[in-house]
Amino acid sequence: MIKQNLLALQIVIPLIAAPLCILLRRRALVWGFAVLVCWLTFGISVVLLRQVLETGLVSYEMGGWAAPWGIEYRADPLSAFVLLFVSGIGAIVLSSAGLKDTALDEIPVSRQYLFFTLYLLCLTGLLGITITGDLFNVFVFLEISALSSYGLIGLGGRRQALPAAFQYLVMGTIGATFILIGIGLMYMMTGTLNMADMAERLVMADGGRTALVAFGFLTVGIGIKMALFPLHIWLPNAYAYAPSLVTAFLAATATKVSVYILLRFVFSVFGVTFAFETLGLGGVLMFLSLLGIFVASTVAIFQTNIKRMLAYSSVAQIGYMVLGISFASTTGLVAGIVHLFNHALIKGGLFMAMGCVMLRLKSVDIEDMAGIGRKMPFTMAAWAVGGLGLIGIPATAGFISKWYLIRAALEQNWWIVAVMVLISSLLAVIYVWRVIETAFFKEPSARAREAREAPLSMLLPTWVLVGATLFFGVMTSTSAGVAGRAAEVLLRVIP
Amino acid sequence: MSSSTLVQLVLLTPLVGAGLILACGKRPNVREMVTLLTGVTLFSLVVSLLPAVMAGERPTFTWFEMFPGLPIAFTLEPLGMLFALVASGLWIVTSIYAIGYMRAHHEEHQTRFYTSFALSIFGAMGIALAGNMLTLFLFYEILTLSTYPLVSHHGTEGAMKGARTYLSVLLSTSVGLLLLAVAWTWVMAGTLDFTEGGILAGKVEGPMVLVLLALYAFGTGKAALMPFHRWLPAAMVAPTPVSALLHAVAVVKAGVFTVMKVVVYIFGLDFLSASGANVWLMYAAGITIILASFVALAQDNLKRRLAYSTVSQLSYIVLGAALANSWGVVGGSMHIAMHAFGKITLFFCAGAIYLATHKTEISDMRGLGRTMPITMFAFLIGALSVIGVPPLGGSWSKWYLALGAVDAGQWVFVTILMVSSLLNIAYLIPIPIRGFFSSGPDSVPRAPIKEAPLFCVIALSLTAIGCIALFFFADGVYQLLLPLAGG
Amino acid sequence: MDNVFGLYNYWVVIFLMMTGFYIVISQRNLIKKVIGLNIFQTSVFLLYITIGKVEGGTAPIVSEGFNVYTNPLPSVLILTAIVVGVATTSVALALIVRIREAYETIEEDEILAQEKLT
Repeated sequence: MIKQNLLALQIVIPLIAAPLCILLRRRALVWGFAVLVCWLTFGISVVLLRQVLETGLVSYEMGGWAAPWGIEYRADPLSAFVLLFVSGIGAIVLSSAGLKDTALDEIPVSRQYLFFTLYLLCLTGLLGITITGDLFNVFVFLEISALSSYGLIGLGGRRQALPAAFQYLVMGTIGATFILIGIGLMYMMTGTLNMADMAERLVMADGGRTALVAFGFLTVGIGIKMALFPLHIWLPNAYAYAPSLVTAFLAATATKVSVYILLRFVFSVFGVTFAFETLGLGGVLMFLSLLGIFVASTVAIFQTNIKRMLAYSSVAQIGYMVLGISFASTTGLVAGIVHLFNHALIKGGLFMAMGCVMLRLKSVDIEDMAGIGRKMPFTMAAWAVGGLGLIGIPATAGFISKWYLIRAALEQNWWIVAVMVLISSLLAVIYVWRVIETAFFKEPSARAREAREAPLSMLLPTWVLVGATLFFGVMTSTSAGVAGRAAEVLLRVIP
Repeated sequence: MSSSTLVQLVLLTPLVGAGLILACGKRPNVREMVTLLTGVTLFSLVVSLLPAVMAGERPTFTWFEMFPGLPIAFTLEPLGMLFALVASGLWIVTSIYAIGYMRAHHEEHQTRFYTSFALSIFGAMGIALAGNMLTLFLFYEILTLSTYPLVSHHGTEGAMKGARTYLSVLLSTSVGLLLLAVAWTWVMAGTLDFTEGGILAGKVEGPMVLVLLALYAFGTGKAALMPFHRWLPAAMVAPTPVSALLHAVAVVKAGVFTVMKVVVYIFGLDFLSASGANVWLMYAAGITIILASFVALAQDNLKRRLAYSTVSQLSYIVLGAALANSWGVVGGSMHIAMHAFGKITLFFCAGAIYLATHKTEISDMRGLGRTMPITMFAFLIGALSVIGVPPLGGSWSKWYLALGAVDAGQWVFVTILMVSSLLNIAYLIPIPIRGFFSSGPDSVPRAPIKEAPLFCVIALSLTAIGCIALFFFADGVYQLLLPLAGG
Repeated sequence: MDNVFGLYNYWVVIFLMMTGFYIVISQRNLIKKVIGLNIFQTSVFLLYITIGKVEGGTAPIVSEGFNVYTNPLPSVLILTAIVVGVATTSVALALIVRIREAYETIEEDEILAQEKLT
């Protein structure tokens, strides 16, 4: 019975667990409970992925109501893949919250149990977006994850977290409302909310102006959510001032899931032909993503708050993902999808390392980080590996994505794009090396002198993520393999 | 033990050694022993593979598939064998030198130094053994990263600046140009394996060949083709053992080795000469040879002069590759070994002089031969080898290079070779001449001058003897390299 | 019903949407921004609900003698959306209360001045 209801359980378990956290006030209890739930969720996603890879599409009807009238949950290679790393990173990051002396201490003790509640809710929302096959359901889960992330960001210790959360709220709500408008217009056209059904009906209805407008609203709304340049304004502050655990979790998952929504809408619902040939989406996405990559990387170079620097770096990396998608070729999609995964690992690891730094130094300013390479070698070694991943050095996951991206560009004879991708990697060298030089080769700052290495409870999850960066930088059969399957499924959809 | 296993061991030895060195950081003597032991082990492993390669075997080994159809694979062939021999052999000598130097100079962060050294050799071995371009690129980047702590070793403002130049030039060229070339080759040819006769024939044509060749040649920043040579003089901020091994042997030779491998096994000699694209590369190399020699003439800092001399000498090897005929390739490859021994001797002497007298400028080195005779004599030998005078090894490689130029009908380059030899004499010979025959003017040293520390003297004597020995063993090298020339 | 005036529901929607959006962007006071957001969201609610109306249809409760019913689905969707909107407003207001405590103002430009946030 469990096997049949796996898709539902994927959502239900964290959803029910979230309010239960409010009842458990003591840190040890609530942490233990939440971590257990997260790992359970991860386990379910692993089973799900294997099932999908073996048998293909898995479908589940909520409440027994048949699609397209009922809400359908579907898992295909792409969604199973995203489920896997979202739940995985959710579990790993939460594990580091630990019993004492961890990044969780950035949040006042009286509110720590609320952190776990919101965390699980956010996880539910993100998983729900990925797994559902109903358009309106996407909106609902999107808002669930968004609202909980506004709360999570607002839990940050510094007061800048509050306006940052508010700005995110305003922009995020506008984005979600745009998506809602888009969904409404599409419902108007087709009379259904089920994605698979809508794809068929759109073909027959021959879109026209309504489809165009709907597509526009959807793309802009999703663009806001995934911080596509120039709709990324909310991201740097939100990531910089949120508690470290929150940043690690959100940076690795929230924007990726939004990219997933884009993939679903563009490929599974509207179809490649309409989106890329009729509308020329490829050109727009390519232009915006390249612009984003360069502008964001350049701005990153001048940041003194390292979390903020990494946030701008994230905007640039989202640009890479969207660039891959804009090619609309198999290799391009593989590049985009595999970078979803790889970047989640890299950024997750980097922000976890920053969590360790914040814990020991009580600051993430580059001046204060001078010379901590000697006092916190494991933390900074992890940061260095993550940084190399951002640059795209071979043997890190970042290289895999870069390789596919350049290949995709060269296959279509777009030289300039390939060269631009490579040049932007050099920009990453600048902002990554600034930190490495400062941490390892400068004289220790006042704070650095008193620092000691981060606790094992935080180092271990950090190194799991960093180790995964290295692992998936050499063993790509899982990541690139599944991405390849996902790309094929996306491109094969009508018409 | 099968050759394939031996190949794996060759790769693993420096890596394991690095780990052990890191672990023994607290006990310097043990740590130094580990370095030397690892070096000796590595060299013996490499030597044990020699008979197999000479007999025509090409031991291979595959690690894993990084991309579908693109594994990280290793294949040992004559050129790689030569590079591996040179690098592993000279690692031992340099370690001896380094022990003397680092201790006499009371250097800090010695564990970091020796560990990075071992990792750099790991990178060099990976490059030597690479079976396809992806593997080579992977280890090329590993080499860049592992040598960074060595270049920035002193941690001073100047050292950091130099290290930044080093890193930025090397990474810009490798990521911006070389990776593009590699990806493009993959898209065009469907494979990146090093194959006899090349993989590009029929897949790329016209001006594309030239563009691709330029991307490879300039993308290999370690080969120091102008204008991407700036990192070499910038890296002279490193301690001399680093300059000696890495910038006379491992890093720069990895660069020209890459160029040679690309020319022979990716383009293929016939395809390349038929396309005519190699002429442009010849000119690029020729310009570097001459220009760098002139700049060397103008340098008063000994290490900087040697650095520019290296830039010039590296382009000899690039020229050999660009000639794309059997003499050129053999001559260029031979020069990898000859120049390595010659240059490393020169750098060892420079470091010894600095240790003993704290002198870095050539104008201060008059009369030094009286108080440091062994060092100055070794310097003379190294200089003669670089210039290409018999009975030193360098004469053979220059000879073959000239033959290659004649064979290709490129008389311009025969002239360039001769002119540059004259320039070599001009910027190298005055140093030992003044050392022996000038009287030390008013440069009265504070302490009584004596020879450099024992370990250093042993090292530089060994390499000087090596220069002479290579003259007589040149035929062995020639036999090893013959298959490269192919048809 | 197909002419410009017949489509009056869409005109109302557009008007409210633009008004709300404008308020969000132009107002400095945080609470006014939230109000603008609410107006913006309300316009979308109207969009959904009004498209559900079927000409000649009655309320969507199965009764004898009636064949044409108004589409109930959009109304149901909007119930959810309204709840989401209320939740968003409450989170926003909670944030504003905290901002007031931390900054002693709820004017955006004054907050920016205090922080020099970009």
